[in-house]
Amino acid sequence: MTAQQRPARRSTLLQSVVLVSLGWLGLVVLGAAVAPLLAPSGPLITDPPRALLPPGPGGILGTDFLGRSVGARLVWGGRVTLTMGTLALSLAVGLGLPIGLAAGSLAGWADGVLMRFVDALLAFPSLLLAMAVLAVLGTGVEAVAIAVGLAAAPAYARVVRSVSLEVRAQPYIEAARAVGCSHLRIAVRHILANAAPSLIAFACAQLGWVLIMAAALNFLGLGAPPGTPEWGMMLAEGRGYLRYAPWASVFPGLALTLTVLAANLAANAWQDAVEGV
Amino acid sequence: MLARYFVRRLLAAVSVLWLAVTLAFVALQLTPGDPAQALLAASGATPEEIAQRRAHLGLDDPALIQYLRYVLDLARGDLGQSWLQGRPVGQMIREQLPPTLALAIAAAGVGATLGLILGVVAAVHRSTWIDTMATTVAVVGLATPTYWSGLLAILLFSLALHWLPSAGEGDLRHLILPASVLGFALSGSVARVVRARVAQVLRAPFILVAEAKGLPPRHVLMSHVLRASLGPALAVLALQFGFLLSGAVVTESVFARRGLGTLTVQAILWRDLPVVRGIMVVAALAFVLTSLAADLARGWLDPRLREGPA
Repeated sequence: MTAQQRPARRSTLLQSVVLVSLGWLGLVVLGAAVAPLLAPSGPLITDPPRALLPPGPGGILGTDFLGRSVGARLVWGGRVTLTMGTLALSLAVGLGLPIGLAAGSLAGWADGVLMRFVDALLAFPSLLLAMAVLAVLGTGVEAVAIAVGLAAAPAYARVVRSVSLEVRAQPYIEAARAVGCSHLRIAVRHILANAAPSLIAFACAQLGWVLIMAAALNFLGLGAPPGTPEWGMMLAEGRGYLRYAPWASVFPGLALTLTVLAANLAANAWQDAVEGV
Repeated sequence: MLARYFVRRLLAAVSVLWLAVTLAFVALQLTPGDPAQALLAASGATPEEIAQRRAHLGLDDPALIQYLRYVLDLARGDLGQSWLQGRPVGQMIREQLPPTLALAIAAAGVGATLGLILGVVAAVHRSTWIDTMATTVAVVGLATPTYWSGLLAILLFSLALHWLPSAGEGDLRHLILPASVLGFALSGSVARVVRARVAQVLRAPFILVAEAKGLPPRHVLMSHVLRASLGPALAVLALQFGFLLSGAVVTESVFARRGLGTLTVQAILWRDLPVVRGIMVVAALAFVLTSLAADLARGWLDPRLREGPA
């Protein structure tokens, strides 16, 4: 293999990886969207005589300890898990973006004050921070989304700030200032517009992390009430029957891991494209 | 120069810690509900007894007085009292700390070793199938939640092969599965940083000089490339401290281990907020100390850092 051939082969490999990732993400979203069509009887129907059945013709992915279809719970659970992830990510971006942008485009003492607060929040392990928010809010699906969003916001603010600072150092920002643009106009029309590609990449990478955190809180029993079709909760409920029905916990975990992996790979590819690698 | 670098780092650490401690206090103040009432109402206490308890817990004082008392207590190492058990929070944390610490340290060892190996191998064999393989392992490690990989590990090593116990704590054999699962999750981020750094160092002029001197490649790799790459690896490990602690909480739950994770989950379910706050404060203190130590170690390893802006 010569040196010239390598990059080309590598990039075709990467392209197919990205395509597969996007395909999987699309499939998961589609599955969640048409869950009522795929599993019309819903995720909650119990059928004790058919409990712990292995995957096969009867139920495509087997049944759990109450005889509920793992496949049906997986597609309905995708709705809960994805909704939680999307809400949490929106909250993280909604809080982190303005704070980071203000710090990065104002710089100076405003940057110092804002970042001290962000650093103080980053001193708490993120899962513990989310758990502390749950201690204040109480448990539940919405509370988990808020807690994870709040816990993810400081890291997003930090990234927005550092990207904004980089853009701010460019000559065209000085030019914008010279022609008399206001702080707000420079921040939004110039810094944010130019930082956007990197910020989208990071938000995409954070989606995977947010999904892991939200499902973790449900797994720990701090979120959704027992019985909720949600991937983390399915893992927690399947754990007790690991010996008899491993499929009840293997499939939700696989769905979650593949989704996180796909989001991370898509984010990496996007980031590489932004940097022109 | 070194002393000034240390002092600057120390001041930043103290200010971050103070803010974190204050935020933890404010969060508790914002929480609705009356702890004295919650504690005593169930036992059928009279309003007088509840009022007495409030006074005893110092809940009638102005917020500023409560804050000063809290900070002074913290400075003396007193984390307050559990609302539920009436025991000192510090004592409760000390009891649960050893198993969590053992898990975190073992996992950090596994993660650092695995991450270093994956990163160096990937960088040395850059753009070959070895790089692709090593990077794939790292990427999968980053994406796999420990509460799933942990269950898979139990399925394989405990239920199918009967090699290792699936739950509880005790001897070292109980530590192998949880530490490997958490270490694998950690290795991804270490490998990513090490790979980028080693690839960069391999192109540096001093490596060319070392090779031109006729040093054997193994020697160049071990004493020149590795030393220059250790700093970033240390920094990423310190940054991952929070991840390690978060991961330990979940991993403990998967493997039914005693520890801080169980204590935290219980405290949240019972809304025993002083315990939650105590754990947050200890975690923040540990994080600040770890990153301070990593900064100092890097300053010592890499003289260029001592001069840059804070």
